[in-house]
Amino acid sequence: MPVEVRLPTVLRQHAGGQASVQANGGTVGEVLEDLVRQFPATRGQVITEDGTLHKFVNVYLNDDDVRYLDKLDTKVGDGSVVSILPAVAGGAG
Amino acid sequence: MLRLTRPVYERMVGHCLDGLPLEACGLLGGEPSTAKATLCYPTDNVAASARLYTVDPRQHLLADRDAEARGLEIIGVFHSHTHTEAFPSPTDVAQAPDPSWHYVVVSLRDLGPVTRSFLIVDGKVSEEPVVVEDR
Repeated sequence: MPVEVRLPTVLRQHAGGQASVQANGGTVGEVLEDLVRQFPATRGQVITEDGTLHKFVNVYLNDDDVRYLDKLDTKVGDGSVVSILPAVAGGAG
Repeated sequence: MLRLTRPVYERMVGHCLDGLPLEACGLLGGEPSTAKATLCYPTDNVAASARLYTVDPRQHLLADRDAEARGLEIIGVFHSHTHTEAFPSPTDVAQAPDPSWHYVVVSLRDLGPVTRSFLIVDGKVSEEPVVVEDR
């Protein structure tokens, strides 16, 4: 089923400038795979080559960070919104 | 040049002081084209460290939505350096998530807070002036 995927500024350039796109899938992982199918330049930006969530991004289902749900296996439903944001971190080191 | 309204500046520096002895962090919202921050979103540092920060991911999502609802965007991030100068560390540069953002460092090393802002594009750091405006 199609769900809304909200993109961070850095990924919008790979999706024709759109802030939000529709993608299909029953889980967050499937939705993100469909995103890459539609917009190949997003490959490697959200999911790593070994199929895990990239550590420099956070992915949310509605209000919740999917790392605290079932990660990429988190099920999506009607009206779900998947949001992608950069992980913001740093420090004096 | 990054412009901050005085309430944003005061809230940002206040949050950094409140966070001592740990690093504090937060997000700045505003109009990207004018580089003016009119919104300050203090966030939790989930790294809870004096040397590292990680913006609470859920608070980031809520800040992003709030800024968007106001017709604005997240235009940058601030964090404190508790015992080093206000200059991006290698960690800051390596993890800078967005080349369009303003990276503000508030150093609390000296008696008075020192606020500096940087652009980080492809690993290259350039400083920009910070101006605090009354409104």
